[in-house]
Amino acid sequence: MATTDLRTGSLERHGLSDEQLRGMFRNMLLQRQLDNRGFQLNRQGKVPFALGSEGHEALQAGAAMAFHRGHDILAPYYRDLGLCLGIGLSPFEIMLSIFARADDHNGGRQFPNHYSSKAAGLMSFSSILAAHLPHAVGAAYAIKYRGETGRAVLATCGDGTTSEGEWHESMNFAAVHKLPFVMLVENNEWAISTPLDKQMAQPEIWKRAAGYGMPGRRFNGFDPIQTYAAVKEAMDRAHAGEGPTLVEGTCYRYLAHSTDDNDLTYRTREVVQERRKDDPVPAFEALLLEHGIVTADGVAAMRQDVLRETNEATDAAEALPYPEPADLYKHVYEGAWEPWQS
Amino acid sequence: MAVVSSTSSTVMNNVEAVRATLYEAMKNDERTVILGEDVGARGNVFLITKDFIGEFGERRVIDTPIAEASIVGIAVGMAMEGLRPIAEIQFADFIYPSFNQIVGEAAKIRYRSNGEYTCPLVIRTPYGGGVRGALSHSVSIEALFYHVPGLKIVAPAFPDDVKGLLNAAIDDPDPVLFLEHKKTYRLIKGEVPDGHYTIPLGKANVRKAGTQLTVVSYGLYLHWALEAAERLTQEGLSVEVLDLRSIRPMDKTAILNSVEKTRKLLIVHEDNKFGGIGAEISAMVAEEALFSLDAPIRRLCGPDVPSMGYAMPLEEEFMSSPAEMADAMRAMVKF
Repeated sequence: MATTDLRTGSLERHGLSDEQLRGMFRNMLLQRQLDNRGFQLNRQGKVPFALGSEGHEALQAGAAMAFHRGHDILAPYYRDLGLCLGIGLSPFEIMLSIFARADDHNGGRQFPNHYSSKAAGLMSFSSILAAHLPHAVGAAYAIKYRGETGRAVLATCGDGTTSEGEWHESMNFAAVHKLPFVMLVENNEWAISTPLDKQMAQPEIWKRAAGYGMPGRRFNGFDPIQTYAAVKEAMDRAHAGEGPTLVEGTCYRYLAHSTDDNDLTYRTREVVQERRKDDPVPAFEALLLEHGIVTADGVAAMRQDVLRETNEATDAAEALPYPEPADLYKHVYEGAWEPWQS
Repeated sequence: MAVVSSTSSTVMNNVEAVRATLYEAMKNDERTVILGEDVGARGNVFLITKDFIGEFGERRVIDTPIAEASIVGIAVGMAMEGLRPIAEIQFADFIYPSFNQIVGEAAKIRYRSNGEYTCPLVIRTPYGGGVRGALSHSVSIEALFYHVPGLKIVAPAFPDDVKGLLNAAIDDPDPVLFLEHKKTYRLIKGEVPDGHYTIPLGKANVRKAGTQLTVVSYGLYLHWALEAAERLTQEGLSVEVLDLRSIRPMDKTAILNSVEKTRKLLIVHEDNKFGGIGAEISAMVAEEALFSLDAPIRRLCGPDVPSMGYAMPLEEEFMSSPAEMADAMRAMVKF
């Protein structure tokens, strides 16, 4: 596969138009702005918790381009802001989640970043890592069972999740049944405070694919175009009924795990600064500038627009009410409910 | 209570009732799939799904890898995306690896998505002792799950209830844990109405009417309790035996109505006493009907040990016999 090289500035488009490339870049800027806003709101005392995806922007903007809206299903995890934006969630929906407002898809019940939208094909998930992967596989089974063509499930997780038993169980079942399933691992090298070498002796996760009898591929997740190409190839296989694929994108977690984490307790600032030299957001900007896909003025206008959209989403969501106390009792089961039946 | 569309009936044991009900569910709804260990070619270890794979095909009768967490988890995903899966855990003792998928996921999907996603799922599993099943083929698991809002739990004792409640569980829009006492599988026979019918979840049934004591039970012990109550009848004593049938939701009205009449309550279950189903019933009756009671509530339950053992004395010591139940009933009637 020909690849873009962000260092040499060569550009392999993989069929992406200028508009699509700009769309990916805008998604990356929006991710960074929304991440930043979540942390700001937390520091202002307006929200109790925020969690960022910085370092995952390119990977998620690229992967989302391979998702067929209205057809595919996304089974993400909690560090997937850009994927969720990329499949159609709006900044307003993100802010409803951050502010835990009544109009949030989850009704203000779940942590931020645990997005869910049946309309968008975004499966509800919990904070229990890998628990969503059997769900993704079950959904893929349903797609195949009904003979639906051109549909697939894109499931994601971090490197940490690949240690869970249900990661293995899901991969195995998907392979046995040749399901329309793509396992996208976003390898940012950290499971909260635990580095990769404490998680696994063999650090190339994609190689595990051979053990399941499915294709595997690793790609540079700092490159959105290469990400798109790898995920698209896997999704194409799934759409064509050729079975599951494991794709591993390498990236880095620039921020602490969440606003409740202090990463200086387990890694130095210098280490992170060194990795910042590869930051995918300015790198992709430089590439697009070099190839005339964006102009400096265009980028400035895009940044302004992203800031405006973030501000509007923030204000609009903040102005809305919390759920009512009585909402606590809804949706335990269908209909009204008491454990004691009379 | 049962909505019966036919006046004819067939005599079946409990295992045949499960099988017949699953068969009809597979015939009636293309969305229904069965998944679990050895449910296909083997036809389940108790032959419940024997020949299903030939009739419905391996896409609908799915022999899974030995991986209980994902048996339930995959069924959850199927249910979220429009299928009506019936997952089987081969023995209830094997359900622990799937605990998170049941408690942390299935039970919370409707709630955490504010009703956007639902999880219409049945998890069937054989439970209970008295079959020389030792530590890992004998347990009762209901108390581990009845604490969990979002789940429903059913534990029928008779074949007509097996059919009506399993149909209701399959139709239910929320996850249902369907517990089948394996000692009753071939031991208990009865008339089962032909045709499709359901019995509402959460409704108990007075299996024997009486006036001097209420005995609440379910599963195998319900049968032992009926046998013990019959002995007391011969002694001129009158015991009412209530079959809970559903553990969550639980039929408060039926329990209170009976206790208000008899003024005494004995709860009998195989599962451990401490924190068991009987504890919740006792607390409810104490809160709602304390001044109707003429005797302290009593529980006759499994002892507080990890399990019954494989050796016969270690199984017999764990299990209560009809004679022990009769002794407890007699003492309470005479209190």
